[in-house]
Amino acid sequence: MLSRTAENLYWIGRMIERAETGARLLEVGARNALIPGVGGGYRNEWDAVLAAAGTADEFEAKYGDPVQRNVESHMFFDEDNPNSVVSCLSRARENGRIVRTALTGQVWDGLNMAFQELREMQRTERSQQPLADLVEWTMRITAQLRGAIGSAQLRNDGYRFMQIGLDIERADSTARMLDVKYYVLLPEVSYVGSGLDNYQWTTLLRAMSSYRAFSWAYGGEITARKIADFLILNRQSPRSLLTCVASASEHLDALKRGPGGRTEAQKQVGNLLAELAEADVTDIFEEGLHEFLTRFTKEIRILSGAIHGSYLTGRAA
Amino acid sequence: MTGAGDVRAPYAGLDGWMRDMPAELREMKQHEAEALFRRIGITFAVYGEGGDPDRLIPFDMFPRVFSGEEWRRLERGIKQRARALNMFLTDVYGRGEIIKAGRIPARLVYQNAAYEKAVVGFKPPRNVYSHIVGIDLVRTGPDEFFVLEDNCRTPSGVSYMLENREIMMRMFPQLFQKNRIAPVDGYARLLKRTLASVAPEKCESEPCVVILTPGHFNSAYYEHSFLADQMGVELVEGQDLFVDGDFCWMKTTQGPKKVDVIYRRIDDAYLDPLCFKPDSMLGVPGLMNIYRSGGVTIASAPGAGVADDKAVYTYVPEMVRFYLGEEPILNNVPTWQCAKTDDCKYVLEHLAELVVKEVHGSGGYGMLVGPASSASQIEAFRAKITENPDNYIAQPTLALSTCPTFVDSGVAPRHVDLRPYCLVGEDINLVPGGLTRVALTEGSLVVNSSQGGGVKDTWVLME
Repeated sequence: MLSRTAENLYWIGRMIERAETGARLLEVGARNALIPGVGGGYRNEWDAVLAAAGTADEFEAKYGDPVQRNVESHMFFDEDNPNSVVSCLSRARENGRIVRTALTGQVWDGLNMAFQELREMQRTERSQQPLADLVEWTMRITAQLRGAIGSAQLRNDGYRFMQIGLDIERADSTARMLDVKYYVLLPEVSYVGSGLDNYQWTTLLRAMSSYRAFSWAYGGEITARKIADFLILNRQSPRSLLTCVASASEHLDALKRGPGGRTEAQKQVGNLLAELAEADVTDIFEEGLHEFLTRFTKEIRILSGAIHGSYLTGRAA
Repeated sequence: MTGAGDVRAPYAGLDGWMRDMPAELREMKQHEAEALFRRIGITFAVYGEGGDPDRLIPFDMFPRVFSGEEWRRLERGIKQRARALNMFLTDVYGRGEIIKAGRIPARLVYQNAAYEKAVVGFKPPRNVYSHIVGIDLVRTGPDEFFVLEDNCRTPSGVSYMLENREIMMRMFPQLFQKNRIAPVDGYARLLKRTLASVAPEKCESEPCVVILTPGHFNSAYYEHSFLADQMGVELVEGQDLFVDGDFCWMKTTQGPKKVDVIYRRIDDAYLDPLCFKPDSMLGVPGLMNIYRSGGVTIASAPGAGVADDKAVYTYVPEMVRFYLGEEPILNNVPTWQCAKTDDCKYVLEHLAELVVKEVHGSGGYGMLVGPASSASQIEAFRAKITENPDNYIAQPTLALSTCPTFVDSGVAPRHVDLRPYCLVGEDINLVPGGLTRVALTEGSLVVNSSQGGGVKDTWVLME
């Protein structure tokens, strides 16, 4: 297929997932904001959300102090923020328009209707749109889109590129959320294991729609090790890094081959998968969770670059 | 409609349908049609008129109908004209016989801005320059059609012809059961076959055809993607193509793939920054070189525009006589060229009766419809013509035919024109139909969508 078409489809996948991540992060922030503060002088929960979204500097430049309403504006509505829900879904729809013929009617309808509804929401008085509604709306739309892609798209290369986009973005998002919890949220190391710590972990799981799944899988106390295991190495967890990488690897292997044999992207995803498959949560904590996650996000960036080089420039082969 | 306001024979099958439709149902159907158009995303301006990219062109549900006999005559006339235009192009980029014979002034051709010196002496496959000829027609009587203009480059609007039909079939299936209406949905297949038939000689396998679009910001992007989808070919932008060796390649996820025929929807000037506009980002560097060495076919051929200029238009009947030895079946509208002193004098004396157009104008802008204008508007135009006569031509206002059209108060006659799409490759083909544009304002002669025009489905009855 045309490289540019593949690229557009890949980014549709990424944008859908990124919009969802934005909404999930807003939910984390809102829930954390409901618990009593832990004393002055600490970065607040909205700071953590902005840091996780990787948009703290842009936010500060435009709005200053992180108050909920402004964070909502920035992460949901702001068209200047390329990662806001509005920006992501608009871009997904724009990409969809460009490759309209590579999408089934249902996927296109989904993208187009989301866009029309967003326009309507932009015109609606903000006080009538509580954060919970915005989050729920986003989750519903992205679930619908994924459902339409999964149930109606032909299982051809175009479908694979959308799935690869979803997988890569989700892996990146899980790593970021996990990292921000561990590194940013707690005011001091002494809070690790405290009630506040547990509360935050619970919120994180909730935001990943994984709270009950976690309980089923592990039971008992919530600990950092269990959560890290669940979100990094558990093959049953739909958002774990291993699940995402395994899925991306499967889709990459299923793509039609050019004459060049195994691509850089396939090699890279293979290495990453091998490492995760053999890793143990003890190894991760020995390396340091934050260090591990930082390295992982970098590997994902390299993989993304390799996908670009192998398939999306059209000159390789 | 006839002068007496009666409905002509081909419309008989619609008479009951129209009368039996209560106003509420009609309104409901109209909304349904609009919702369908919007959902499909067909919201572009026909003929590159620009404007809001999400604007819908009004769709009138009352179809325009031709009898089989009427159509057969039109078809012969259109094919004749398409053939003559292509022979003219082959001639003026070759030996220039028509000019040597003194049938058309050399200046008009060789000094024309659309005359492409880069392709002089080059013969495209099968000597076809214009593969899709869109001929705009109006009707003035039962057997009288006039050609308003020829479009030899990349006439747009064909997706409307196809989608209007789809929507009519979906909304009024009973009409299609009752009337025998010739289908138009073979257009895309025919277009693909036409394009494949003009692949370069060097192409030894199944030709790879692509559509080249300026991109999704273009007002006709919907049409480009629609046609690519219907034909089952890739829709490419300039950035997707590159030239290597003797061929043109597209960038795919499996590496470069050779392209044999490019149906381009961008203008000559943007095709190749090495040959034309150096700052064009839409084209493919080096494309013209491999085109001239027979590595790829470009449709329509660069330079085809010299045949559809408003001044060259005047000579098309002469081309038919010169190349085919036949009398033209379709008439030109008599045209006065203000560049000629005598013509200009006549035009200035008869402004109140004439339609005056800019030579390079389009979209219904910059024109004067004499009978519908005030004295001051006419005087303003007089000044413009006097200042720059070369820029204007004038035509009589024709007694244009009308077609029944839904209006607020029911059904009323409105003026229409017609653009059929003639495909020229190994054979010459025409699907039975075209794009009918309608002037929705009472009495108006301007059918352009930017000036309150709409579109209709166009039927050809099979007997």
